[in-house]
Amino acid sequence: MSNEEYEAIVKKHKPTEQRILNIVKAFVIGGIIGIIGHFLLEFYTTSLAITSKEASTLVIISLILVASFFTALGFFDNWINFGRAGFFIPITGFAHAMTSACMEYRKEGLVTGIGSNIFKLTGTVILYGIVSAYLFGLIRFLLFGG
Amino acid sequence: MTIEYKNVFIKAASTIAGPYEQAGPLNKYFDMTTDDLYNEEKTWEQAEIKFFNDSIEILLNKIKKDKQEIELFIAGDLLNQITSSSRVAFDLGAPFLGVYSACASNIEGIIIGANMVEATQINNFICGTSSHNLAAEKQFRYPTEYGAPKPKTANFTATGGASIFVTNEKDQIRIESATIGKVVDLKQTDAYDLGAAMAPAAADTIYRHLKDTKRDPSYYDLILTGDLGLYGKQILIDYMEQRYNLNLNQNYNDCGIMLYDLKTQKQVNAGGSGPVCNALVTYGFVLDKMKNKEFKKVLLVATGALFSPTSLYQKSTIQAIAHAISLEVVE
Repeated sequence: MSNEEYEAIVKKHKPTEQRILNIVKAFVIGGIIGIIGHFLLEFYTTSLAITSKEASTLVIISLILVASFFTALGFFDNWINFGRAGFFIPITGFAHAMTSACMEYRKEGLVTGIGSNIFKLTGTVILYGIVSAYLFGLIRFLLFGG
Repeated sequence: MTIEYKNVFIKAASTIAGPYEQAGPLNKYFDMTTDDLYNEEKTWEQAEIKFFNDSIEILLNKIKKDKQEIELFIAGDLLNQITSSSRVAFDLGAPFLGVYSACASNIEGIIIGANMVEATQINNFICGTSSHNLAAEKQFRYPTEYGAPKPKTANFTATGGASIFVTNEKDQIRIESATIGKVVDLKQTDAYDLGAAMAPAAADTIYRHLKDTKRDPSYYDLILTGDLGLYGKQILIDYMEQRYNLNLNQNYNDCGIMLYDLKTQKQVNAGGSGPVCNALVTYGFVLDKMKNKEFKKVLLVATGALFSPTSLYQKSTIQAIAHAISLEVVE
């Protein structure tokens, strides 16, 4: 039996993932996080009398704090499992990825554990985030002059 | 290659399982279970060692022997450099052989030991294994608290420790023969569908075992694979039919499916895996049923996926192996 014939048997028994349901979940949950973020933005700008640019930094910090705290309490992984991309695409996912790596490796020491593993999942996001920001910044500068 | 044995008997076995296995349908067959994934230790790795050590302790009590009377200890586990096994070997103090065939490690161990017993080089040995869901997640996948969503074909590493005492003294159940597996690779690359990667290895071993012993699948009351899972099981049945023209529909099941209630325990996806998965099912459930003579002939085919995260990231396909032992009630 060739590998292709075997592949046909494997394909036949491969269950279908509920992609539509996952997309809808991600849309709704991601949307709710967006609404919460916007609510916080309004709240910070009016109550602290600051610009919306300053307030948006505070919004990000708030969401990171809450997500990390939820991760530390041990139930956020269940939420991620349920809400999937809805939770891990926004900044909450980034915070969760760092906190969970931090918690996992803390027993291997401050340097060899936390230090060398905290960016295990998020290192990719940071690296390619910076690279693409640089590239798009360059394109913007060349096309529109900044 | 199939080896027949005349004088190799199973005297006793012990099993300890974690919370997910405790919630499964085989709970009453385990010697001990715990709700605590940390198992009163500080790390997942230490918890796994304690599971393993406790299983040895229970086994020694069952067979009423001191550590000094154990002539050989053979063990294997999933963690890098099989550190759980070597730590337990140190605590036991018997001469030690560490083995690795991923989730078929314990059966590899039994085959090695059975040969030495049959050749009268040793009188007895203990073979053991352990795995821990979260220690395996940490090593092979993501940090445990990350809870990355998984596809339905993913399997779930079982948590626990299991040991078996094999001897040349006559007892109720004997190891009748063993078939050593070949490494098989049908170019599967998905680490979240190991059932598909391992099914051809199981098929090859089952086929060669039946051919060497001139038996039909119906000779056995039960044919068990280690951890192919829900979809791997279907793949194996189809593949056996198409490639070898052998029908497994009657008496075949998979330990990974039996260990959990797949309808209610959704987090296990396709079913259990890990070396302790087949050990918990066989040493707990199957041996019990054999002692009651509900099963008289059982073929256990433990399956192992021989990959590492590094080999996967370097785009290597997943090699797999399956070792089989045939167990028989002594009449």
